[in-house]
Formats: sequence, structure tokens, C-alpha cells
Amino acid sequence: MAKRFKSDLKHSDVTPQKHFLNRRNLIIGAGVLGAGAVAGTAFGTLGAKPAVAEGALDLTPNTLKEISSYNNYYEFGASKTDPAKYAHTLTTDPWSVKIDGLVEKPGTYDLADILKNADLEERIYRFRCVEAWSMVVPWLGFELASLLNRVGVQSKAKYVAFETLFRPDEMPAQKTSVLDWPYVEGLRLDEAMNPLTILASGLYGKELPKQNGAPLRLVVPWKYGFKSIKSIVRISLVEEMPPTTWNTVGPNEYGFYSNVNPEVDHRRWSQASERLIGGGIFAKRQPTLKFNGYEEQVADLYTGMDLAKNY
Amino acid sequence: MINVLNAKLRSIPAWAVYILGTLPFLWLVYLLFSGGLGVDPVKALERGVGLIGLKFLVAGLAITPLRKFLGLNLLKFRRAVGLLAFFYVSLHLTVWLALDIQFFWGEIWADIIKRPYITIGMGAFVLMIPLAVTSNNRVLSKIGPVRWRRLHALTYPVLILAGVHYALIGKVWQIQALVYLLGIVILLLTRVRFAKCCSWIWQKVTPAT
Ligand code: HEM
Repeated sequence: MAKRFKSDLKHSDVTPQKHFLNRRNLIIGAGVLGAGAVAGTAFGTLGAKPAVAEGALDLTPNTLKEISSYNNYYEFGASKTDPAKYAHTLTTDPWSVKIDGLVEKPGTYDLADILKNADLEERIYRFRCVEAWSMVVPWLGFELASLLNRVGVQSKAKYVAFETLFRPDEMPAQKTSVLDWPYVEGLRLDEAMNPLTILASGLYGKELPKQNGAPLRLVVPWKYGFKSIKSIVRISLVEEMPPTTWNTVGPNEYGFYSNVNPEVDHRRWSQASERLIGGGIFAKRQPTLKFNGYEEQVADLYTGMDLAKNY
Repeated sequence: MINVLNAKLRSIPAWAVYILGTLPFLWLVYLLFSGGLGVDPVKALERGVGLIGLKFLVAGLAITPLRKFLGLNLLKFRRAVGLLAFFYVSLHLTVWLALDIQFFWGEIWADIIKRPYITIGMGAFVLMIPLAVTSNNRVLSKIGPVRWRRLHALTYPVLILAGVHYALIGKVWQIQALVYLLGIVILLLTRVRFAKCCSWIWQKVTPAT
């Protein structure tokens, strides 16, 4: 734990002081709740895990400009500069999330109500896109588990399904058929309950920019970026593995799990290394880490599974 | 009208095309240094030069049909257009090797062998090499126009490969890439001697009325 805070200090320069101090407290809190499993935050990885490959340890967050001008958000267009151009049209207030399926307290929850009850904290996570680029992002969010516990998960539930807003008037590309709308994603229940899995509502201590999935998005740092579904309007607890958008597009290129794995290539490109955005034209490629560097925290979710088959 | 235009064009020296053709390159260099390429300049540059290369390839392919169907004579500039295409495609490959994949040879070989879009792009590049080195008067007079023309029929497979390479890149089908591919196919079809092969097929597929 002590080590964790040491590496944490590295970011004091990018985080407002007040907020920074807050975060420390909150992380301690989370650590207690999560029975120590919170070593899963980026800080934990940095301090507690000397085994990760050299050169991939840099956890200096990307700038807000980088994070908010290079996005894959197909609802606003297929180019990575489209979301920053067009997402401003999205109305994110009022916003509510329908939580249904195998839960004790189904209902339509107002976003304000969800956030009011949430332990917001900053999590600096590596973000690895399936296209072999990566960033480091200081999310502001809370553990998905806390919300699921609040609504009460029934014992029959095995998976969590998520759905993005469908509003073609404000999300222009939804008028085309590049993807089947609305965008859907899913996690196995134990993945969803892992303390690393968060719902983020902010970035750099501020509201989430719309192109980054405002007002509420999922962040699953050990999986390829497309699993971290944006602008969520529905969370359903279900018994069967739910369909996921990219898996529907290309079942042999995008699996349900989509864990970051340098040993399992995408059909059309290698996943062994990645380009960290922000280093300019001569930025060095860095090796991709298994589970994006969070192996220690999540590998046991997959014991006994053939990760090459369950990609 | 077309004759006036052709006469005007004749007075333009070919070197002017070389100069004009390097402007997009200079523009990219300017954007690079002014931050205009965004937060991922490597990808922007790689794609930028790839797309310019493809445009020159298509332009080169369009020259004969333009003359055939519109009487517009740009033949004089075809060599410049082709060499510019080669210049941009070489840059494209260089950016990939040096800045994107950064000489990770293991990944480079794996990509060339295993990734269809890289394999196909590489195929296009390799086929362009003999075209580029024979695009000068010395070689032309040495090997003679007949053999030269036969060799340069390689442009057709190059164009097909380049179009397919582009089409295969997106995570989803990109309209623009498909439009390029369609354009290439149409331009190539204009090269097929209809009288010889297609009229026969045509008779077969059109039901007798
Ligand atoms: C005749 C030869 C070639 C042409 C005309 C060509 C053209 C293109 C075009 C138009 C693009 C997409 C640009 C965009 O998305 O806007 C592209 C992307 C790309 N090409 Fe090529 N290319 C050629 C050969 C090659 C070769 C030889 C390689 C490497 C061995 C290569 C590697 C790539 C890569 C890595 C991308 C980027 C993929 C991405 O978006 O991440 N290309 N090329």
C-alpha cells in the first residue's frame, strides 16, 4: 500500500491538489471495501508488480486534448476525429439509466441519483485500443460493483449487458448502417464485479467530454477499448451471454472477452506491441502487456480457460 | 474545344507536374511541424501518403480512357504521374517501417506474411519497382516499346492490389475505399477490348428476345 502512494505522487502535477488529496482517501476506502483487491488501480500495478515489462510502465496521463480529440465513437462517424467534431450535439442532461433483468430493484435511475450514491474516485488506467494504440487516462468514476450491489443482483444472473443511447437525431452516424444500433456490450458477472471495473462520469476531475462517452461510460482496463461502452442508457442482468456489437460485426476478429493479449493476434494485425499516443512522430512502440498490465488483478477470472479460443 | 485544351497542355512542361506533385508532400510536412496532423501524427502521415499514392496511381490509369473517350491528351504527363505514385507509395512504406512498426522485424515479417492487407500492399509495392526503374527513355529505347508496354501492363494488377489493400483496412467497410475500388474496376474495364472478349460474353448473358 505504501508503495502505491509513492507512485501515486507522480501524478500530483496533473491533478488539482484538492482533488488529489481526496483521491487518496477514497482509494483507501475502496481498498477496504474491495478487501485489498484495489491493487487493481493503475497505482497498484505500478508499485506492486515489478514483473511487468520495461518501457510500458509510464503512467503519465495523456493530455486532455489527446484524450478528447482521438476517439472511436462510431455513432458520430468512423474517423477518430469525428467524435470531437460532432458529439457536442448530444444532450446528456437529463439522463437516466434503465436497470433491469435479474435484479431486485429494477427501475429507471436518474443519473444524479446514481452519482449521488457513488464513491467517486480518480483511477489512472492504461487504455489499449484493439487497433494497437494506447493512452493513459485519469478517469473519475466508481466501481460498477457498488451500483450492482445497490440494485441487488439475483443469483440466477450470470452476465451484465450494456446499451448505448440510440438517438439518430443527435448521433448522426446512427442514420447509417455502419454498425447495428444501438451499440451493445457485455461482461461476465464476475468481470463486472471486479474492483477494476468502473463506471466513469469524469476525466481529469471534470465532467466527461461528450466524445469520451458522457455522461456515463464503462471502463474495463484489461480489455480492448471497445468493451468500455459509452453513453450508457441501459444495464441488464441476464442469464445468457449477451450479444456484443463488434462480435456481431466480425465474430472471428472480436470475441466476447476481448482481453488485451499480446499473444493472441487480431486476424488482420499483430497485438504484440502498441503505439502510445502523444509521443509525437518518433514515439517508441512499446510491448503490449497481458491483460494490459492488470494480470495480477484479473488473471484468476480466467483460470482454466484457453485464452486463444476465448479471445 | 478539346483541341484548344490539348494544345495548351502540350505547352506545359512535364517537370511542372513533378513540382505540383510534391506539393501535397510539402503540405503534409508543414502540417507535421505545425501540429496539424493531430495527436497521432504517425498514422495521419502513413495514411496521408498512402492515399496520395493511390490517387496518383488512379490518375495514371485514367489517362488512356480520358483520351479514348474525351479526346483529352495527357499522355505526356503519364510518366511523371506514375513516378510520383511510386514516390508516395515508397514514403508510405517507409513511414510504416520506420515510424509505425519501427523495425520490429519479427512483427514486420509476421505482418507481411499473415496480414492480407499488408501482403497485398507489399505485392503492389514490389510490382511497382520494375515499373519505376523502367520509366526512363534509356530503358525504353533499350528494351523497345513492345516489351516495355508488356511490362507496364503490370500497372493493372498494381491498381487492383492497391484498391483491395485499401478496402481491407477498415474495421468496417469504408465507403470511400469501396468507391476507389469500384473506380479502379471501371477504369480497368475500359481497357478490356470489348469487341474481342466481351461481345462474346454479352451474347451469352443477354437472353435472346
Ligand atoms: C501501391 C501500394 C500502396 C498503396 C496505393 C497504398 C495505399 C494505402 C491507402 C489509401 C491507405 C489508407 C489511407 C486511409 O485510411 O486514409 C493505406 C493504409 C495503410 N497501408 Fe498502404 N498502400 C500501399 C502499399 C502498402 C505497403 C507496401 C504497406 C506495408 C508493407 C502498407 C501499409 C499500410 C498501413 C499499415 C496502412 C494503415 C492502416 C491503418 O489505418 O492503420 N501499404 N495504404
